[in-house]
Amino acid sequence: MSLPLEYYLVLSALLFTIGVIGVLIRRNAIIIFMCIELMLNAANLAFVAISRHLGQAEGQLFVIFVMAVAAAEVAIGLAIIVSVFKHRETINVDEINSLKG
Amino acid sequence: MSKELIIILLISPLVGFLINGLFSKWLKGNEKLSGTIGALAVFISLICSIIAFVTINIDSNATLEGDDGFVYKWIAGGKFSVDIGFHVDALTTVMLLVITGVGFLIHVYSIGYMHGDEGYTRYFAYLNLFVFAMLILVLGNNYLMMFVGWEGVGLCSYLLIGFWYEKQSATDAGKKAFIVNRIGDFGFLLGMFTLFAAFESLDFVTIFDKAETGTSAINVVFGETTKVTLMVATLLLFVGAVGKSAQLPLYVWLPDAMEGPTPVSALIHAATMVTAGVYMIARSAVLYNLAGTGVVVAWIGVLTALFAAIIALKQNDIKRILAYSTVSQLGYMFVGVGIGAYASGIFHLVTHAFFKGLMFLTAGSVMHAMANELDIRKMGGLRKKLPITHATFLVGALAIAGAPLLSGFWSKDEILHSAWGSSKIIYIIGLATAFLTAFYMFRLIFVTFYGKSRVEPEVDSHVHESPAVMWLPLVILAVPAALIGLLLGVGGHDSWFHHFTEDVFPKADKAPGSVLLFMAISSIVGIAGIAFAWTRYKDRAPAAEPTNALQKKDFSWLVANKFYVDEIYNTFIVQPIKNASHFLLWKLFDVGIIDGIVNGVAALIRVIGGLFRRLQTGVVQAYILSMVIGIVLFLAYYLFFVN
Amino acid sequence: MLLSLVIFLPLLGVIAIALLRGMGPSVVKGIAFTISLLTFVISIGLYTGFEETATDTAFQLVEKENWITGLGISYHIGIDGISLWLILLTTFLTPVCILAAWNSVEKGLNGFMMSLLALETGMLGVFCSLDLFLFFVFWEAMLIPMYFLIGIWGGERRIYATIKFVLYTMAGSALMLVGILALYFQNGNSFDLTTLSGRFTHDSYLFLAFFIAFAIKVPLFPFHTWLPDAHVEAPTVGSVILAGVLLKMGTYGIIRFCLPLFPEAAALHTPWIVTLAVIGIIYGALVAMVQPDLKKLVAYSSVSHLGFVVLGLFSQSHEAIQGSVLQMVNHGLSTGALFLLVGMIYERRHSRMIVDFGGLAKRMPIFASIFLIVTLSSIGLPGLNGFVGEFMILLGSFVEGAFSKWYVVFATTGVILAAVYMLWMFQRVMFGKLDKTNESLPDLNSREIAVLVPILVFIVWIGVFPNTFLKPMETSVEKVATKVQVPRSTPAVGQVNNPGETQKPLLKQNTEIRLSHEEEAQTK
Repeated sequence: MSLPLEYYLVLSALLFTIGVIGVLIRRNAIIIFMCIELMLNAANLAFVAISRHLGQAEGQLFVIFVMAVAAAEVAIGLAIIVSVFKHRETINVDEINSLKG
Repeated sequence: MSKELIIILLISPLVGFLINGLFSKWLKGNEKLSGTIGALAVFISLICSIIAFVTINIDSNATLEGDDGFVYKWIAGGKFSVDIGFHVDALTTVMLLVITGVGFLIHVYSIGYMHGDEGYTRYFAYLNLFVFAMLILVLGNNYLMMFVGWEGVGLCSYLLIGFWYEKQSATDAGKKAFIVNRIGDFGFLLGMFTLFAAFESLDFVTIFDKAETGTSAINVVFGETTKVTLMVATLLLFVGAVGKSAQLPLYVWLPDAMEGPTPVSALIHAATMVTAGVYMIARSAVLYNLAGTGVVVAWIGVLTALFAAIIALKQNDIKRILAYSTVSQLGYMFVGVGIGAYASGIFHLVTHAFFKGLMFLTAGSVMHAMANELDIRKMGGLRKKLPITHATFLVGALAIAGAPLLSGFWSKDEILHSAWGSSKIIYIIGLATAFLTAFYMFRLIFVTFYGKSRVEPEVDSHVHESPAVMWLPLVILAVPAALIGLLLGVGGHDSWFHHFTEDVFPKADKAPGSVLLFMAISSIVGIAGIAFAWTRYKDRAPAAEPTNALQKKDFSWLVANKFYVDEIYNTFIVQPIKNASHFLLWKLFDVGIIDGIVNGVAALIRVIGGLFRRLQTGVVQAYILSMVIGIVLFLAYYLFFVN
Repeated sequence: MLLSLVIFLPLLGVIAIALLRGMGPSVVKGIAFTISLLTFVISIGLYTGFEETATDTAFQLVEKENWITGLGISYHIGIDGISLWLILLTTFLTPVCILAAWNSVEKGLNGFMMSLLALETGMLGVFCSLDLFLFFVFWEAMLIPMYFLIGIWGGERRIYATIKFVLYTMAGSALMLVGILALYFQNGNSFDLTTLSGRFTHDSYLFLAFFIAFAIKVPLFPFHTWLPDAHVEAPTVGSVILAGVLLKMGTYGIIRFCLPLFPEAAALHTPWIVTLAVIGIIYGALVAMVQPDLKKLVAYSSVSHLGFVVLGLFSQSHEAIQGSVLQMVNHGLSTGALFLLVGMIYERRHSRMIVDFGGLAKRMPIFASIFLIVTLSSIGLPGLNGFVGEFMILLGSFVEGAFSKWYVVFATTGVILAAVYMLWMFQRVMFGKLDKTNESLPDLNSREIAVLVPILVFIVWIGVFPNTFLKPMETSVEKVATKVQVPRSTPAVGQVNNPGETQKPLLKQNTEIRLSHEEEAQTK
C-alpha cells in the first residue's frame, strides 16, 4: 500500500513555493541560501517520486547529481558569504548592491 | 652607333650626381674637386654626344632605333609593356649637343659663380641630376621614358629654383614651378593613356609606323574617327608641353623660377628643360600632322610670344626680362612646330639655347659684379667697368633681336617665313613680336650698360669684371650664339640643318615668296626696334612707379603688373580651393558630418544604455522576483490558454 | 611547412618573451628583432620557392590539415603571386619597426614587443588563409594586439581612437561573418575558399557584406574617419604597421574575395564604388593639404592613395589590377617611411605640428634628403616606386573602359594634388629660416639611417626594376582579371539579379543529390 503520486508532488510544490518565497522576502543571505536548498530538495523529492512511479532509475540518478552539485554550491556559497561578511560586516542583501548599474 | 656609347653618355652625369650627392660630407671642403667632378661628368657626355652626332652625320642610317636601342624591360603587365631603350636619330643628336654643350659650359661657369656657397656640392649634384634627366627625356624610345625625363627635369628644376631654401620666395617659386608643371603632366599622362588605347603601345617606332600605315591600325578611343582620337591625344600631350615650356596660360612659373641661381636659369629655364615641349611635339610630328592640331599649337605659341613680349616691355628686373623673353621665344618655337615647319622650330630651339644661355650667364656676370643687384634702374653705364660682359651681352641681344646674319635672324626668319605660308595673321603677330623683342632687349642694354651710372656708391666701388672661369665660357658661348645660325641656316629650307633632319620630320611645304624679301622685312623690323629703344632709353632710366591713382589705371601700369595674372590665379583658384578644403571639406564635412554621425551613433547607444541601466537595481531579489513572475505567467499561459 | 613556419615564428617570439620575464630590455629587444629578422629571412624563401610561371595551380606552398572536421573547418594555407608580396611586405616592415622603436618605448617594453610580434602572426595569417573561417579568426585576432598598441602606447586621446578603430572594424567584420556563413551553407558546409565557385544566391548582398567590411579597412571614403584618429594617437610603429599592412588587408580582401567570388555583383556595384574611390582620391588630397598635423596629413594622403588602389581593382583591367597590387606594396613602403620619419622628428621635438618646424634642411641634411626621396615617392615621381603603380592603375582603367573615362580624368587630378600637399608640407617643414627652438636638433643617427635605408632601397628598386615584382604576380592577377571581366555589351545589370535565373544552379544541385540518394537506395 503506497501513497498516490499526487501527494508527493503537492508536497514538493509546497516546499518549492516556500523556498521561492523565502528567497524573495528574506534579507539574510544565509536564510536565502537555506531556502535555495529547500527548492533543490523539493525538486529532488519530485524526481524520486516520479522515478518510483515510473519504475525507472534515472530520476534517482539525477538526485545524486543534484545533491553533489548542491554540496559544491554550499561550499562555495558559504565561502562567498563569509568573505562578503569580512569585507562589509553585513550579510543583508539589501546593502550588497554593487551590481547596481 | 653602339648602344654602349649612349649608355656611357647617359650614365656619366648620374655617376657625377651620385658622387657629389652621397659623398657631399667629404667633398664639402673641396670646392674644386666637387666642381670638377660635376663638369667632367658632363664633359664625358659631351664627347659621346659629339661622337654620336658625327656618326649620324657621316651615315644617316647609323641611327639607333627599335630593338637596337633596347636595354631592359621596364614595366610589363597584361597587354602593357614598356622598355628602357634608346632612340637616337638626327633630332636626338642635335638635342644631345645642345644639352651637353651648353650644359658643360654652364657647369664650368658655375664653378666660379657658386664659389663660396654653402651648398656647393649639393648644387653640382642637382645640376648633374638635371643633365641626366634631360638626357633620358631626349634619348628615350617611348613616351613613358620621355615622361620619366620630363618629370625628372621638373624635379631638378624644383630643387634648383629653391636652391637657396632659406628664402621664402625661392621655395615658393620652386613649389609653384613643380605644381604648374604637374598640371601640364596631368595632360601628358592622359595623352599617353589615349595613345596607348589607340596604338596599344607607347613606343615611338610602333606608334609612328601604325600612324603612317593608316587608320585601320589605330583604335578609335574618342569620337567616331581615328582623327578625333588623335586630336584628343595630341592636344592632351600639348597640355603637357604648355606646362613644361611655359606657354599661355601656364607660363606663370617661369618668371618666378628666376629665384634660382643664374646658371640654373641659363641651363634649365632657357636652354634645355623649357624646350622639352617643343622637342616632344617635333618628335610626335607624325601624329600632329595626322591630327591637324598644329594650328592650336601655333596659335597658343604666337599669342604667348606676343603676350610675354608685351609684359617684358615694362619689367625692371634683369632676369625677369630675360625670363619673359624666353617665354616669348618659346612661343616662336611652337609657332614653328605648330605650322609644320618642325626643322625650323628645332633650329630656333638650338640658336635660342645658345644666345639665351649666353644672355643669362652674362646677366649672372652683371649680378656677380653688382652684389646680386637685379634692378636695372640701379645700374647704368656699366659698359666701361664690365667690357667683356657688355660685349657678350650685346652679341646675345643682337642675336635675339634678329640683327642680320646673327643666329636669331636665321631661325626666327625661317619660322616667320613658313608662318606666312600657313596664316598671315600669325605672321603679322610674329613680326610685331619681333619688333617688341628688339625693343625690350635693347631697352635692357641701354639702361644697363649705357647712359649715366645710377649704381649706389657703396656698390660702385666693388664693381669688377668676373674671373676667367666665368668670362671664358661667356666668350666661348658667344661664338656659336653669333654664328651657329649662319653655319646651319644659310639657304632656308635647303640649309644644312634641314638636310640633316630630313629623315626625322615630314617634309614641310615650301613657303611662298622670296626668302630675301622676308629676310629684309625681318631685318628692318629688328633694327627699327633697336632704334626705337635708342631714342627712348639711350640715357634715361625707366620711370619710377606711378604715384597717383589716375596713372594706375593706365595700360602700361597693367603691363608693369603683368596683367595681374598671378593675382587672378591666386584669388580665383588657389585661395578658393584652400579655403574650401579647410572649412568645407575638413571642418564641416569630415569632422562635422561624418564624424558627427559616427559619434552620434555612439552617443545614441549610450543614451539608450543609460535608460536601461535603471533596471539594474543591484538587488538580486528584485531580479529573482521578476524571474518568478515571468515563470508563473508562462505556466499560467500554458495551463489555461493552450489547448 | 615553410609557410606555417613564417606565420607562427613570431608567435614563438611572443612566447619566448613571455617566458623570459625577468630579462633586461636589451634582451627583449634583441629577441624580438632577431625573431622578426629571421621571419623575414625565411619568408624570402617563399619568394625563391615561388614558381612564377606555374599556371596549373592557383595557390602554391599549400598546407591543409583538418581542424574542426565536423564543421568543415580546415587549416588551409597557401600563397599566390598577390599574397606573396603582401607577406613579404609584412615580414619586411616588422623588423624595421622593431628597430625603429628601439628607444622610444618607455613603459611595458615586453608587452609592446609581444603585441608587435603577435600582430605580425595575425597579419601573415590573414594573407595566407585559404579557409574562410581561418581567415576570419586571423582577421579578428589581429585586432587585439593593435588595440593594445594604440590603447596603451598611444597619445593623449588614445582610448577614443582605439575604440573607434576597433568598433569600426568590428562593425564591418560582423557583416563579413554573416557573408562567410552564407557562403558556408551554399558551399555544402565547407569554408574552403578553393572550392568556392559559381554563382551564389543573393550574391549582390553577399558582395556588399564582404565589401563593406573591407571598405572600412581600406578605408574607402566615407568610412575613413577612424584612420586619422588612429594614426595620430598610435605610436610611430603602430602607424607604420597600420598604414603599411593593415590597410592593405582591406584591398587584399577585395581582390581575394569580393572580385573572384562575386564578379557579377562586383560589376553591378562598380559605378558607385569607383565614384567613392575617385571622391576619396580628391577629397583625401584636399583635406590632407590643409592639415596642420604631420601625421594627419599623411593619414589623409593614405585615403587618397588607396582610392587609386580601389579604382584599379574595380577596373576589370589586368594592368590596373596588377598596378593596384603593386601600389599596395608601394604605399606600404612610402607611407610607412613617412610615418617613421615623422616619428623620428617627433622624438626630437615632441611636436608634430607643421608650424613648429621650418628650415630643418639646414640642421638635418640627411633627414631632409631621405624625407625628400620618400616625399617624391609618395608624389609618384617616375623612377621611384609610386609612379609605376599609379601609372598602371590609371592606364589600365582608362584603356579597359569598365567605367567612364571621366573617372580616370578626375582620378588623375590626384597626381597634381599629391604634389601640392606633399611639397607644401615639405617646404614648410624643411625650408625657410631655422627656428631657434629647432637649432639643437640632431641629425639622424646610424640606427635611424639603418631603419630607413632598406626602405629606400626598395623604393628605388621598384621604381627602376618593377618587373622583379610584377612578374611573379602576373598569372595570379590574370586569373582575377579574367574572372571579373563581364561582357559589357550584355544588358547584364538588369538580369543579374533575376531570382529565377540564380536559383537554377541550386535546384539542379538538389535534384542531383536526390538522384544519388535514390541510387544508393537501389544498390541496397
